[in-house]
Amino acid sequence: MAKQIEVSDLDAYYGSHKAIEGITMTIEPRSVTAFIGPSGCGKSTFLRTLNRMHEVIPGARVEGKVRLEDQDLYGPDVDPVSVRRTIGMVFQRPNPFPTMSIFDNVAAGLRLNGRVSRSEIEGVVEESLKGANLWNEVKDRLHKPGAGLSGGQQQRLCIARAIAVRPEVLLMDEPCSALDPISTLAIEDLIAQLKKDYTIVIVTHNMQQAARVSDRTAFFNLAAQGRPGRLIEMDDTSKIFTNPAEKATEDYIAGRFG
Amino acid sequence: MIVQTGIQPISVGRRAKDRIIQMLIFLAFALALIPLVSVLWMVVGNGMQRFDLEFLTHSMRDIGARDVGGGAYHAIVGTLEQVLLASLIAIPIGLLTAIYLVEYGNGGRLARTIGFFVDVMTGVPSVVSGLFVLAFWILVLGMPFSGFAGALALSILMMPVVVRSAEEMLRLVPRELREASYALGVPQWRTIVKVVLPTASTGIVTGVMLAVARVAGETAPLLLTVFFTDSINNDPFQGPQMGLPLYVFDQAGRPTDSAIDRAWTGALTLILIVMLLNLVARLIGWWRSPARRRS
Ligand SMILES: Nc1ncnc2c1ncn2[C@@H]1O[C@H](COP(=O)(O)OP(=O)(O)OP(=O)(O)O)[C@@H](O)[C@H]1O
Ligand SMILES: [Mg+2]
Repeated sequence: MAKQIEVSDLDAYYGSHKAIEGITMTIEPRSVTAFIGPSGCGKSTFLRTLNRMHEVIPGARVEGKVRLEDQDLYGPDVDPVSVRRTIGMVFQRPNPFPTMSIFDNVAAGLRLNGRVSRSEIEGVVEESLKGANLWNEVKDRLHKPGAGLSGGQQQRLCIARAIAVRPEVLLMDEPCSALDPISTLAIEDLIAQLKKDYTIVIVTHNMQQAARVSDRTAFFNLAAQGRPGRLIEMDDTSKIFTNPAEKATEDYIAGRFG
Repeated sequence: MIVQTGIQPISVGRRAKDRIIQMLIFLAFALALIPLVSVLWMVVGNGMQRFDLEFLTHSMRDIGARDVGGGAYHAIVGTLEQVLLASLIAIPIGLLTAIYLVEYGNGGRLARTIGFFVDVMTGVPSVVSGLFVLAFWILVLGMPFSGFAGALALSILMMPVVVRSAEEMLRLVPRELREASYALGVPQWRTIVKVVLPTASTGIVTGVMLAVARVAGETAPLLLTVFFTDSINNDPFQGPQMGLPLYVFDQAGRPTDSAIDRAWTGALTLILIVMLLNLVARLIGWWRSPARRRS
């Protein structure tokens, strides 16, 4: 189920503005990879190039290669829709569909992708909500609107929605940035469970969180203001946090930045 | 000057200003209501006299110039059919145009050109749309006067209103919702149908109803296209038809009191029809909205 991602020499543009440059890395299956780095260095941009969400922004384009196992995601005959079905995503701000109930939100990916039987959907919804640690809180109000949940619950609802389509990779862009410590812990626990089945990539500004949940950590930085972001180094999380190869990484982690 | 710091009570001046502005706003609201209320008052007061079963079920056939009685059944049927046909033409085209402009156009040259022409269409006086249908559909193509010709003229007026209001509503749907749907591997067209349109539906329905209400009261384009009749004609594709605005226009121009009364009642009926349509649309909107499920 989980697959390895290999990125080589990837650049991403917004119109003529180059946001990231020359990124090469390997993301291991069944593990958690954390992206850290200062604001604006292109972590979100890079994350979105991994499931071809970057190009939905008008004028945005990507150069370089991303391979999922032996498939080139940017190959000429690859359908971006199927890439997104394989590589799921959770956004920084919870974004449940406001017109849909909790149940329908989780079922959305299945229903919107084609015909699935009612009983099958019910099974998947329950399983996904349990997987996202939300089942007990919402099982009595599955048919109430998803927008009526708290922020943390909404974020877990979005995670349930993303895992309901059974992706092979799960990308999370600062999934806890709007959450309280308890919800954050719930989501971190969830990530630890999910990594048994999925390849997980998480962007975070929280060093402790990166240290707690991830196996590998990648540090991104800008050479200078207005220059494209680059990958500075990537290594086992324990190594990055105790003995990084680059001075910039050490400074950033120690909070001595700029 | 001493700069005061710390927490202070609201000063008397600000309180007074607040009061004055509140009064002014209330006054403006009351002023705006005067024409609305007085129009309704007049129409209801004068229209009630003839608002009876005969009016709603009879046409003007064989009603002489001085006769009392008679009704607007033929005009009601005509208006309903013409507005329905105009809606069937204008709403799909208008909605699809708005979807193109917002979801696919990306501010490109084609989208900007379309946007420009929609604005031009918004400014077309209603009589011109009637003239256009008269000149093109009836004179050039040789089609007969009919309710359908009237519906064509109405749809020209309706389309830009539908496009602009739907476009505005679609633009209000946050980008994140579309992205959430794409990220689930949902194709763009399904995202539009299942996520974007339902999210914007309440606003779109309101806009469409405004467009319907606007054309339901148009006289000029009908004058030139449906021709005119005192008899019932249920077929909007064959022969002259009547419409309520036309009926009001016609009756109000006649010299007898009974005709003037019929004009008032016609106006009242028109208002009631538009209100009823509005109510139905709102009920549908409410029935489909998540707010209902919440309770
Ligand atoms: N939609 C966009 N259009 C144009 N430029 C953009 C857009 N989104 C991001 N950028 C630019 O791309 C660069 C990288 O942005 P990105 O959002 O990837 O940073 P980030 O590392 O995720 O920052 P943060 O930690 O604050 O989320 C920034 O210079 C930003 O201004
Ligand atoms: Mg970001």
